[in-house]
Amino acid sequence: MRKLLILGAGTGGTIMANKMRKKLSRDEWMITIVDQDKTHYYQPGFLFIPFGFYKKEDIIKPTQVFVPDDVTSVYQQIERIDAENNKVMLVNGEVLTYDILIIATGTKINPEETPGLKGDLWHKNIFDFYTIEGAEALSGFFKNWQGGNLVIDIADNPIKCPVAPLEFAFYADYFFTVRGIRDKVNITYVTPMSGAFTKPKASKALGTLLEKKNISLITDFFLGEVDNKNKKILDFGGREVAFDCLVSIPLHSGDQAISKSGLGDEFGFAKADKNTLQSSVHSNIFVIGDAGNYPSSKAGSVAHFQADTLEKNILNFIDKKPLPESFDGHSNCYIETGFGKGILIDFNYVTEPLPGLYPLPVLGPFSLLKESRLNHYGKLFFKWMYWNLLLKGRRLPVTSHMSMAGKRQD
Amino acid sequence: MAQKTYAGVTVDVNEEGYFTDPSQWTIEIAVEIAKEEGIVLTDKHFAIMEFLRNRHNSGEALSIRSINHSGVIDVKTFYQLFPGAPLKKATKIAGIPKPASCV
Repeated sequence: MRKLLILGAGTGGTIMANKMRKKLSRDEWMITIVDQDKTHYYQPGFLFIPFGFYKKEDIIKPTQVFVPDDVTSVYQQIERIDAENNKVMLVNGEVLTYDILIIATGTKINPEETPGLKGDLWHKNIFDFYTIEGAEALSGFFKNWQGGNLVIDIADNPIKCPVAPLEFAFYADYFFTVRGIRDKVNITYVTPMSGAFTKPKASKALGTLLEKKNISLITDFFLGEVDNKNKKILDFGGREVAFDCLVSIPLHSGDQAISKSGLGDEFGFAKADKNTLQSSVHSNIFVIGDAGNYPSSKAGSVAHFQADTLEKNILNFIDKKPLPESFDGHSNCYIETGFGKGILIDFNYVTEPLPGLYPLPVLGPFSLLKESRLNHYGKLFFKWMYWNLLLKGRRLPVTSHMSMAGKRQD
Repeated sequence: MAQKTYAGVTVDVNEEGYFTDPSQWTIEIAVEIAKEEGIVLTDKHFAIMEFLRNRHNSGEALSIRSINHSGVIDVKTFYQLFPGAPLKKATKIAGIPKPASCV
């Protein structure tokens, strides 16, 4: 009996468990999936928790529900991967062996890395919304807040879901307008990038939207430290921004087990080929989703598109064939802009987000890089798609490689 | 595609002045680009630029954060060496593309 071992039962790991179980014979292959958490979080939902639009119970389900019956689940923390000997050590001392390993351990925030960020004001005036604890604490804070300087700051890239901080800013504008205190809330968006977004067309469209919504933009700001006493954030060059409420997107890193095992870069992201998704260190290890050091977005849609490539490449690897399948960096995200509207962007390693219609030319129905009501409903409906189709590895009505159909290059 | 001449050598650059072919870069060229940015290059500048070029060549993303892991200098010194927007200035002088850290 050969063994496929999957580390991480988040978006990427769960999709791969479902896909590979359908493809690999039960007589020949045993599949095991390891995760420390028995709860699966619908992570795009974190954004809405601070504003009271979703509660925790709206975005969680048991991890086990999405794991196929004949895949073994192990709920334990991973200690280390011994790639030389095809073994994974768990924190409880258990050792799992494998023929093929899929790393899907994701990424997490590391507020401890920035001096002062996790200081006296953490979860009092300084919040994150990338954890359930942070999102819920912020929800409590917003309930009674009477206004002041709301600063949204990205410490440095890479971060999970690069558009989430922008969505937060747009949604905050909407939320405080509805509450009738928008005139008492100054919203400032602070980013290490040179604009609202890196790529020119999207940066311009999103920058214009920030301006329209009266949200100040401070660029090229790399967070150096947080001064809790004077409620200020400082960049490494000494520039300061004062806050009453800081919504921080802290530095991100990969799982500790990856760096400990010599499989990752200095931030703990597993080193792998951005096209084949095969580890650069060991040929029988593959990497999916946020856990990789890929120059693609760290987002569920990326893991989903990667899964199609990875499935084929693992099957080729088993048959001792070359790995011709190539992931193109395809990413696709709804950007909630408030007031019942949203934007959709679709891009890859080489093509920046462009205007047009998605997934079909003329028919759309979703408009790219432009606000529409339907995009907002697309975002809300995506939660259903995520639970019912995406995690189970079912086909979605979109192509896994980015398509130019419907896009305009003017 | 635009071209620029530094130290008597014509090189290919994009509309923002970043090299599109890092192999065209030489130390003499770096000295001239730095002059345009008002920077006089020292050994420390070259050491960190070597780190950036190696990292770029191995296909890894560049970020301010990676400077702390370079073992060459820390981020604060990086800001002193290339004042204002150090990563943008350093990559331009080092003859590699502007880092597109997001997406």
